Amino acid sequence: MRMGLFDHLDLKPTLGITEHEEAGRFVPLTNIRTSKGLSEAIANLIPLLHAPPSVADPIKYVFSEMVRNVLEHSGSSVGAFVCAQYYKGSNTIAVGIADGGIGVLNSMQRSHAVTTPAEAIMRALRPGVSGATNRIGGNERNAGAGLFFTKSIAALSRRFFVIYSGDAAFKLLRTKEEVAAQLNADATADKHRLRSGLPHWQGTVVGIDMSVEEGVEFAELLARIREAYQIDVKKSKKEYFKQIRFS
Amino acid sequence: MVEESGVFAEDKDVAAVLRTKVIGPSLSRNHKVAIDFDEVTLTTQSFVHALISKPVRDLGERSLDLLLFKNCSALVQGLIETVVQYSLEAVELAEEP
Repeated sequence: MRMGLFDHLDLKPTLGITEHEEAGRFVPLTNIRTSKGLSEAIANLIPLLHAPPSVADPIKYVFSEMVRNVLEHSGSSVGAFVCAQYYKGSNTIAVGIADGGIGVLNSMQRSHAVTTPAEAIMRALRPGVSGATNRIGGNERNAGAGLFFTKSIAALSRRFFVIYSGDAAFKLLRTKEEVAAQLNADATADKHRLRSGLPHWQGTVVGIDMSVEEGVEFAELLARIREAYQIDVKKSKKEYFKQIRFS
Repeated sequence: MVEESGVFAEDKDVAAVLRTKVIGPSLSRNHKVAIDFDEVTLTTQSFVHALISKPVRDLGERSLDLLLFKNCSALVQGLIETVVQYSLEAVELAEEP
């Protein structure tokens, strides 16, 4: 209730509640409908978690990538709803993003031959695959990489990632600490559970848990993701990135 | 860059304007372009993609002789490397028989 769910549903809770201070604990349920609203939400809400940059940066990153997906592809008339909660005991931050748009199947069907929500979700998780184009690697605006990066952030944190749309849900399962974290371009190779026949959700819901480990820089996580990023089964032999000029 | 994008460079509309108004036209005329990420502490793969992927694809490896990225943090540099790598791999893929 303290998250603000009843406010958004325009319902009055029948039980009295004690409102806790949100600072350092959670980001309340927030509705974002525009690009400007997203920028303001990132600037105003993430500081509520009182997290150091190594923790706040991946949260900002996921908020931005997932909410921009909603604003650009979902056709959601209600925009995106986001929230986040810090769990001190497990040192975990859980982030949720939901919309009431066309869903992953309809979005992917604009450019790809997929017939079920489960098939569409698995295709959408693959890097380089975007609902905006059938061209591998995306077009000038969309790379088809946001979901892969988000899933990878969860995988490297050894935490959960879930995407639910239509009647299907993909859940990335936790891996044991003693097993090296694997990043797979093909989500079927992930330790996961894919279910169909679930209650229908009109749009898309994404949930991600991230560990709160100070000292593990976000740049290191992204470097690992780059190594795993592969738009084709056959990886290029050429290391183009070494030709880039930085100063 | 920071004047246009803020310290968290994530607004793809800003990136698209810089690409279509400055970066793309300059590179297509064979002019060098320096992109300065001074004070940008965080960005997203989507922002960098919207900024440079199309001109890198259009010009291929030649674009890397014309582009210079200045004052990049490790994070920003890593994302630029990712986008350039997969953009040129996509060109390779498209050219395959």
